Amino acid sequence: MKTKTGVRGGIGQSVRRVDGVPKVKGEFEYASDLRRDGMLWGETVRSPHPHARIKAIDIRAALESPGVRAVLLAGDVPGKKTYGLDAQDQPVLAWDVVRFAGEPVALVAAEQPEQAKQAATKIVVDYEVLSPVTEMEAALQADAPKLHPQGNVVRQLRVIHGDPEAEAEVWVEGTYETGMQDQAPLGPEAGLAVPAEDGGVDLYIATQWLHADLEQIAPCLNLPPEKVRLNLSGVGGAFGAREDVSMQIHACMLALRTQRPVKIAYGRQESFYGHVHRHPSRIWMRHGATRDGKLINVQAKLLVDGGAYTSTSPAVIGNATTFAAGPYAVPNARLEGTAVFTNNPPCGAMRGFGAVQACFAYEAQMDKLARAVNLHPIEVRLKNALKTGDVLPTGQRVTGAAPVRDLLSRCAALPMPPAESPLDRDRMLIPGGAGNVGHGEALTRGVGFAAGYKNLAYSEGFDDSSEAWVRLSVDQEGPLAEVKTAAVDVGQGLDTIVTQVVRTELGVQRVLVRQPDTAIGSAGSSSASRQTMMTGGAVQLACQAVRDEVLRRAGTSIIPDPLDEYLRPPIEATRVFRHRRTGKLDADGQGDPHVSFAFGAARAVVEVDTELGLVRVVQLAVSQDVGRALNPQSVRGQIEGGSAQGLGLALMEEIELKDGKIRNASFTDYLLPTILDMPPVVSDLVEEPEPGLPYGAKGVGEPSTVVVPAAIVAALRAATGRELPRAPVKPDELVGIR
Amino acid sequence: MRTNVNGEWREADIWPGASLLTLLRDAFGLTGSKNACEQGECGSCSVWLDGELVCACLVLAAQAHDRQVRTVESVADGQRMSAVQDAFVEAGAVQCGFCTPGFVVAVTHLLAQDPNPNEVQVREALSGNICRCTGYAKILDAVTLAASRLREDR
Ligand code: FES
Ligand code: FES
Repeated sequence: MKTKTGVRGGIGQSVRRVDGVPKVKGEFEYASDLRRDGMLWGETVRSPHPHARIKAIDIRAALESPGVRAVLLAGDVPGKKTYGLDAQDQPVLAWDVVRFAGEPVALVAAEQPEQAKQAATKIVVDYEVLSPVTEMEAALQADAPKLHPQGNVVRQLRVIHGDPEAEAEVWVEGTYETGMQDQAPLGPEAGLAVPAEDGGVDLYIATQWLHADLEQIAPCLNLPPEKVRLNLSGVGGAFGAREDVSMQIHACMLALRTQRPVKIAYGRQESFYGHVHRHPSRIWMRHGATRDGKLINVQAKLLVDGGAYTSTSPAVIGNATTFAAGPYAVPNARLEGTAVFTNNPPCGAMRGFGAVQACFAYEAQMDKLARAVNLHPIEVRLKNALKTGDVLPTGQRVTGAAPVRDLLSRCAALPMPPAESPLDRDRMLIPGGAGNVGHGEALTRGVGFAAGYKNLAYSEGFDDSSEAWVRLSVDQEGPLAEVKTAAVDVGQGLDTIVTQVVRTELGVQRVLVRQPDTAIGSAGSSSASRQTMMTGGAVQLACQAVRDEVLRRAGTSIIPDPLDEYLRPPIEATRVFRHRRTGKLDADGQGDPHVSFAFGAARAVVEVDTELGLVRVVQLAVSQDVGRALNPQSVRGQIEGGSAQGLGLALMEEIELKDGKIRNASFTDYLLPTILDMPPVVSDLVEEPEPGLPYGAKGVGEPSTVVVPAAIVAALRAATGRELPRAPVKPDELVGIR
Repeated sequence: MRTNVNGEWREADIWPGASLLTLLRDAFGLTGSKNACEQGECGSCSVWLDGELVCACLVLAAQAHDRQVRTVESVADGQRMSAVQDAFVEAGAVQCGFCTPGFVVAVTHLLAQDPNPNEVQVREALSGNICRCTGYAKILDAVTLAASRLREDR
């Protein structure tokens, strides 16, 4: 790699975010800030019932309501009536049957937001209420009502590895559960649709994947894709919540019907209904090992609740099942995974994507095994740690970096927090101290460990790519590099990484990242820890093509300095990056499903008030396999943020459902970690460059979220001696009431 | 109704139930104050009302009549960012940034009251501001950095 000396802010440096200044000044425009002259406000009418038949809808009163310009029902969907990322089974607006509480049924556009809300309350839907299927096991019963024509199984797969009947000397067994977590990105869903003169529509939108939205929107509008143009607006976090379409098609329908710009902006409550959540899971596992703790056989049955529609459930259960043996060398296994349909809210992508739930179960099992064979939790893991060259249960050989041993021993060796007496410390540092509930009378400390892993990019044969355009020109201030891709900076800092790549490749200080839209080819999703590799890779390729042309013009072998005279006319290049092909799994779950992996290890230190069931996490330590840290500050930021979401799942975050209805759709009732809940996070970056990836860098967004819930609950078990098979752990479970 | 926003008197015709946040964002086009929860739980809408830190989503627009409101848009001095804003960018305390204006206002307020808060005091003062992206570590770094720079400037 040739970095011209004197260029600051290339890869490997903790470069300041390119969008930092507008964000701290309040000038950065998010989707919810969009406006247009003459704009209408859209509102969505949602089903209050988790399962019902729609008998009739009366919109007369709504149409006469002040300020109303349109009321639309399923019959008004111009094209295809359903959409979806995988199977297109989700109605744009329900007609016949509603399958979850919160499902969109009608749309209103009015001059003022209050008028739209008013009119929405005047739409009368006559429902015949059906009994909801809300339990996963119940959904799988033969006599359960079929929620979809194919039945209630979204996807079932099994992975058979070695001899699944293999005998072992020691067996440990358990069933584990995780709750339904919400991504809760701070910016609620919003977008603005503007009708165009060509009969098409321009949509300004906060999303994770412009082209996947486009592919779902255009057929529903009955428009050719070139007449639906998506432009990225500011994204206030995503974490999977913006992977699926929410208000996109609705806003476009209203704009096309009224021929006025239409904005839809969800409030927090509607946001809880308007996006998919993390799948709740129930996982049974049985681990067999030798007396000295070497794994021989892993058996697992995994069940995840996909809710009412397919969304990304097939890929989530694919991940959970193929990762169910953990980052360990396991000679024999039988892993069976099922994602089911219920009348619960749809579940789909959230940071960690199936790997989180599996890790919670297999790491609890590893601790049980450690106890059964009398080994330290770290020792039993070191004994079985996966390494490069090992074969996974799918038969896939790990060819890239797999520094599991290193991560475990480094994580265990990170400095521990000092012991503290409950007497001479600030009350805020006592579990429950902030609310003045706990007084520090019955405190015990516990330490827990977890290791885990996650795939990078999409798996099982998905042909994944990203396209980038780079232009190098010169103006009064000197050379200027412009970059454009359709890749979304959801907050993780992609635009900054892209800037660093361009500086490194072209040796040009001034880099302008253009706003993404669908005029360029797809960059794929900002999810699955894939953008640094995919779009970083595409930008690198485009830069290399530009550089080759500079060298040709200059007749040199290094980039000339000054460069200016070689840039007239400007040089442009567009390139596509693809990762190596993966393959589908066969009937026994054998194949080559994943591109590459990122591993992580965490240690949690907790303090529990065993009388009150209150918890304070004292410290989190995370060692993560990052390949190469392109921007160390932002890598650590990802680890810290991912750890916070892991802490949330371990201790407090859960969408509570009663008969399929969300009971806590607000930040008052759905608890998120605050600055008082978050301990210091000691992050340790293990850099073993990944062959075949640009700069050897692995995606960094997810491993901490995968391992932290398991580590925290392990620490709670160590502190209390209780089973704690379910996350989030509630206070009454810590004192043994449940 | 009329309100002094960032030193300028402004008038608006707004429905009586509207919040100060709606007044600022929709009537005055000051969208720096954010609307993440509109229930007083996240601090993304933090502003000053007569010098006091409030969640604009919990204050009725009518309550701001004839009073002084200061928003995040007034924190920078034109092109020159404040020490707090600078520290947030430098410390990496910004990811998606949706919480950032609220934090900038809350931290500016905190450091005006107490130029040298300890870590526990900072955590307590910021416990009403939710950030979903950063895990707060770099926000704490930013506060420490801003506080030390502000003390040096004194
Ligand atoms: S929007 Fe006001 S506190 Fe959340
Ligand atoms: S930076 Fe995204 S919520 Fe704080």
